[in-house]
Amino acid sequence: MRNVAIVGVGQTKFDRRPDASIREITFEAFKEAVEDADIMRGEIEASIVCSATHYDKQRTPAGVIAEYLGLNPQPTYNVEAVCASSGVGVRNAWALISSGLHDIVVVVGFQKMTELRSDEVQEVMGRSGDVMWESPFGPTMPAYFAMYANAHRSKYGTSEEQLAKVAVKNHFYGAKNPKAMFQKEVTVEEVLKSRPIANPLKQLDCCANSDGAACIILASEEKARKITDMPVWVAGLGLGSSSMTLTSRGTSLNSFPCAVEAAKQAYKMAGITPKDVDVAEVHDCFTITEIINYEDLGFCERGQGGKFVEEEQTYIGGKIPVNVDGGLLAKGHPVGATGASQIRTLVQQLRGEAGETQVKGAEIALAHNLGGIGMYCAVTILKR
Amino acid sequence: MTFTMSFGRFGKVSYVAETKLQDFMKYLEQGKIMGSKCKNCNRIYFPPRADCDCMVGEPEWIELSGNCRLITFTIVHFAPASFRYDVPYVLGVAQFEEGPTVFAPLSKDIKQEEIKVGMQLKLVSVKLPGDKIIYELRKP
Repeated sequence: MRNVAIVGVGQTKFDRRPDASIREITFEAFKEAVEDADIMRGEIEASIVCSATHYDKQRTPAGVIAEYLGLNPQPTYNVEAVCASSGVGVRNAWALISSGLHDIVVVVGFQKMTELRSDEVQEVMGRSGDVMWESPFGPTMPAYFAMYANAHRSKYGTSEEQLAKVAVKNHFYGAKNPKAMFQKEVTVEEVLKSRPIANPLKQLDCCANSDGAACIILASEEKARKITDMPVWVAGLGLGSSSMTLTSRGTSLNSFPCAVEAAKQAYKMAGITPKDVDVAEVHDCFTITEIINYEDLGFCERGQGGKFVEEEQTYIGGKIPVNVDGGLLAKGHPVGATGASQIRTLVQQLRGEAGETQVKGAEIALAHNLGGIGMYCAVTILKR
Repeated sequence: MTFTMSFGRFGKVSYVAETKLQDFMKYLEQGKIMGSKCKNCNRIYFPPRADCDCMVGEPEWIELSGNCRLITFTIVHFAPASFRYDVPYVLGVAQFEEGPTVFAPLSKDIKQEEIKVGMQLKLVSVKLPGDKIIYELRKP
């Protein structure tokens, strides 16, 4: 197995993008990553195109994306794991390089969620769970996670104020990220008073659909050392799965088993423990998800996630800064781009290029990318 | 199998009509909540499965009492298009006294302030307009 490093990263601003098509949005992120790596496009030996394709008008989008990025005739294919698509894409790229099949591989994640009309989005949303036994009753993404919130509250007393504090933290950092969709701080009161979506989740407990792309270029150790003085090493990878139906997930519903499994794999591969992580990006599709993620990743004890954010342990200066780019809640969540965006943020942290939100001396970083209603989870550990 | 027994009648909006479990609808129409039980390993499934995880046994139908305990719930205010005019509605996960769990709506007859994790409920079949049939959780 060869060592694999990240040598280039790029990302568009996450926003509504009525001005651009998926190929053009993806090109922006790709161009930034190629310039960041300072390589020739022809050196890229394969492309992995990541999106939740049910949001795309374009069928099998790798075809049009690889064409527009100028990556024919090299191998290209789509990776889809809903919200974890590009986290899984990075794992694929690692395998292609580590095995010796390729030396330089690009992962591009994108989504243009505004491409569908709102009734089309609603229709897609209604099919986010098991269509045979759950969708006939009208569940939504927020509803699924709201059920986790009520289960967590029932067992551990996690309050709506504690949920709100996740949104407050992530908007605090989103306000400092020029690529975030929302660059404005919010208060606990504003979160609590926002429109109810699925009790106990309110509008500001939920991330926003958006348009955007992110790009990661990976290389073998030999190539990486020639390309850059600051390679960021992929030190650990984990990928786990959980049942799609809530009814096959046991009777507790306050943890995502796929995340626990992915974290275990990644910590073992990297040879580290949760305490060694200096900065993390975790999948905060909803405020409750971030609280459960702290517990699933071992950042705090089981049931203590609400208290952990209340004590500001996940701010810079706390035990483990989490989502210092604003997370999905403030940055926006163009589904297929999110995993790659998390990794881009962490690469900047490990290079010391994160500016105002730099975690000083960060050497080990962790990305946690959850797919769908918690069916897939990719955990990636990076080292300077 | 006649059309009227099709699984496509399950739920207000259904996406799956063809399944090996068509008889589930016949029983639901009779007011029976049926799970499946493996003849080999005796595992009981709800929702029922045509195939057991043990990959050996054939399933048979088994009637469940419907008695269950609420594990979690949510009050939905923002709904998929087909459910837009039903909001707010309550969805929950409950555990049968026989062991398996069910994902189901809670009856509109239960006041929202009465809903508590751990409360006892009963799963019953309900006929809807338009020849549809579902189940829902009611007070026992």
